[in-house]
Amino acid sequence: MDSALLVDRLHFAFTVTFHYLFPQLTMGLAPLIVVLKSLAIWKKDENYNAAARFWAKIFGINFVLGVVTGIPMEFQFGTNWSHFSRLAGGVIGQTLAMEGMFAFFLESAFLGLFLYGEKRLCQRAHWATAVAVFLGSWLSGYFIIATDAWMQHPVGYMRAADGSFQLTSFWQLVLNPWAGWQYAHNMSGAVVTGSFVMASIGAFYLLSRKHVEHGRMFVRVGVIAACIACIFQLFPTGDQQGRMVANHQPVTLAGMEALFQGQPGAPLVIIGQPNVQERRIDNPIILPKMLSFLTYRRWNANVQGLDQFPQEVWPENIPLLYYSYHIMVGLGTIFIAVMVISVLLLWRRKLYDSRAMLWVLLLSLPFPYIANTAGWMTAEIGRQPWLIYGLMMTREGYSPRVSAGNGLFTLLGFMGMYTVLGILFLFLVRREIEQGPVWLAEKVEPLRRVAAAD
Amino acid sequence: METLWFVIVALMLATYVVLDGFDIGAGIIYLIVGRTPAERKAVLHTIGPVWDGNEVWLLAAGGTLYFAFPLLYASSFSGFYLPLMMVLWLLMLRAIGIELRNHVPSLVWQGFFDVVFSLASALLAIFFGAALGNVIRGVPLAADGYFFEPLWTNWRVGAQNGILDWYTVLTGIVALVALTTHGALYVIRKTEPPISTRARRVTLVIWPVLLVVTLLSLAATMYARPQLLDNYHAYPLGLLVPFVVAAALGMILHGALAQKERLAFAGSTLYLAAMLVGAAFALYPNVLPASTDAAYSLTIYNTAAAHYGLTIGIIWWILGMILALGYFFFVYRMFRGKVKLEAEGEGY
Repeated sequence: MDSALLVDRLHFAFTVTFHYLFPQLTMGLAPLIVVLKSLAIWKKDENYNAAARFWAKIFGINFVLGVVTGIPMEFQFGTNWSHFSRLAGGVIGQTLAMEGMFAFFLESAFLGLFLYGEKRLCQRAHWATAVAVFLGSWLSGYFIIATDAWMQHPVGYMRAADGSFQLTSFWQLVLNPWAGWQYAHNMSGAVVTGSFVMASIGAFYLLSRKHVEHGRMFVRVGVIAACIACIFQLFPTGDQQGRMVANHQPVTLAGMEALFQGQPGAPLVIIGQPNVQERRIDNPIILPKMLSFLTYRRWNANVQGLDQFPQEVWPENIPLLYYSYHIMVGLGTIFIAVMVISVLLLWRRKLYDSRAMLWVLLLSLPFPYIANTAGWMTAEIGRQPWLIYGLMMTREGYSPRVSAGNGLFTLLGFMGMYTVLGILFLFLVRREIEQGPVWLAEKVEPLRRVAAAD
Repeated sequence: METLWFVIVALMLATYVVLDGFDIGAGIIYLIVGRTPAERKAVLHTIGPVWDGNEVWLLAAGGTLYFAFPLLYASSFSGFYLPLMMVLWLLMLRAIGIELRNHVPSLVWQGFFDVVFSLASALLAIFFGAALGNVIRGVPLAADGYFFEPLWTNWRVGAQNGILDWYTVLTGIVALVALTTHGALYVIRKTEPPISTRARRVTLVIWPVLLVVTLLSLAATMYARPQLLDNYHAYPLGLLVPFVVAAALGMILHGALAQKERLAFAGSTLYLAAMLVGAAFALYPNVLPASTDAAYSLTIYNTAAAHYGLTIGIIWWILGMILALGYFFFVYRMFRGKVKLEAEGEGY
């Protein structure tokens, strides 16, 4: 592998992985904040307003980190992947530019009002700014997914004589069928992160016997939202996403499952280590015929294996692809179990006193981040060796004039910068959690406004 | 169609410079006009609710550039690799300087981020000016449409130039001085004494410098790239631009002396807009001239995307613009008026 190519790939992988730690929480928290804000107005209960304000603070810190780590993403298409941009910019530039025009303007305009304008606005108008921020962040997500979906499953284009891709159908690009399920899967993944974080911090308050009233509220809202999102994550969105991969990228599916030999009645590997040299799975624990059933709804359906494709179109790193996919699916299954049990306990009014379950909720905090990251790694490593699936190889897309040395210089710079950002972020969020919502309510003090206004 | 998108991208970039220019400028003079923690907080209040929205214009302009002129985006972003990455780092430092400062009520924490914010603002102004200088002077493009510039070579304007030479350093200084003026006039409008008094003093000191570097840059441009005068010969209407710049400079001075805040700020806005329009007018239809061989220059014609995409883009661009202007109008109306020193309590 040419080393400039390697550096450019690491550059994008590192910056995008770090970046997505933040938007997944903002996109996941945004609808939950709208829920809290709505409950405050509907029930005329100031506790919900204090909660919304507390999460808005966490949201705000996250948002700043998301913005500052997001700007390099848009730049890197040009700086490190100039040949790809030159050829595909006429198509994916559309969705990226629309993100700026439709999502960023909306988000940035109303975020300031939402975070700092509560005193200047009436409660209903403040609720409307929360909705606007929610719409902006979810719209932003759609345009990014539509961009990625085009790279996974190109539609609505033609190839010009000079090799560049030209848009032929705007609506095919924007309504790419791949984007629909990928978006649903991705956004409910974000809600999983947001609701797990909310439940986890609620559990922390209950276990440490601080802010108990809000601790219960966070556990309640978090657990219910997480339960819905986790199930939606498996069915229908995860299931449909898997079938799309099976139909359009069968070699990717074979790589994800490390299915070296295509066969009817293919088994599903639960645990095991792919051994690419020997073309087999070491130490496998399998469910017979399950893969055929899940993919085609027939126990004896034929699933194509890696042996049915030329090796040059195999995903380059099959073990990493396999592990990413299995970590995502494994964690997703555990999430469903945890949240179904939590909801049952909540329904039986036992959750707030079940210290064991609260401990599980508290310690679950990092795992949605891991699952979301693993999911994106599955999508992007699974697309390799293609940059645009079936049309343009990754090794054809990087910047021809940017040397490996210059690329490494900025990669190291980003690593240093992001280490500092990560430490600052943890420090600030810890402070907010320490202070908690009640303290905040006392500090800002327009608590009785709802009652007074209505 | 290509010309229309050229105008659109130029206008969006000019809007970015005018809007983010005043909050960058406020950052440059931040440590000078705000002496006490309360005063500094008041200066941050003036830009707090709007700076992020202003910066979105850079992203929106970048995205529009990407889809309308893919080759220009690809070539310039990879060619200006190192300075662009540094711009990114500066944007990050500036953003966390503004946003994280007020989260911790500690003099050490706030003092640190004050300096980070102000220094990053000043360096950004210089970088943006130098970037524009590079585009005007031309870059060593090869036949395949790509180039790569090291940060500096021999500091001379020649065929194998670096990002920095005497000319681009000069344009960097022009940008620094111009944005300082613009920011000071914004701070005057949005604050009360003693902050506004100090900002007025800054304006009166910096104005003669602005006049001198503007004239110098004009002379230097004619020396470094005389071809830029061609468009002015061909379309004498363009000669209005220097007059507008002169009038804008007059407005700034008169406004600052006679304490007409709005007039002075309108003057610096007009100055920035006119300088950028003048540069865009002179470049057209080139977008990135080659210092190697004029035949390699990137123009709006050899870098544009296909017609269907450009046509469909007009539709959603107009729609998006109407929406964006609506939000901006609303937000600026909500946060209009002067920021008072004792305005505590809210995030800003």
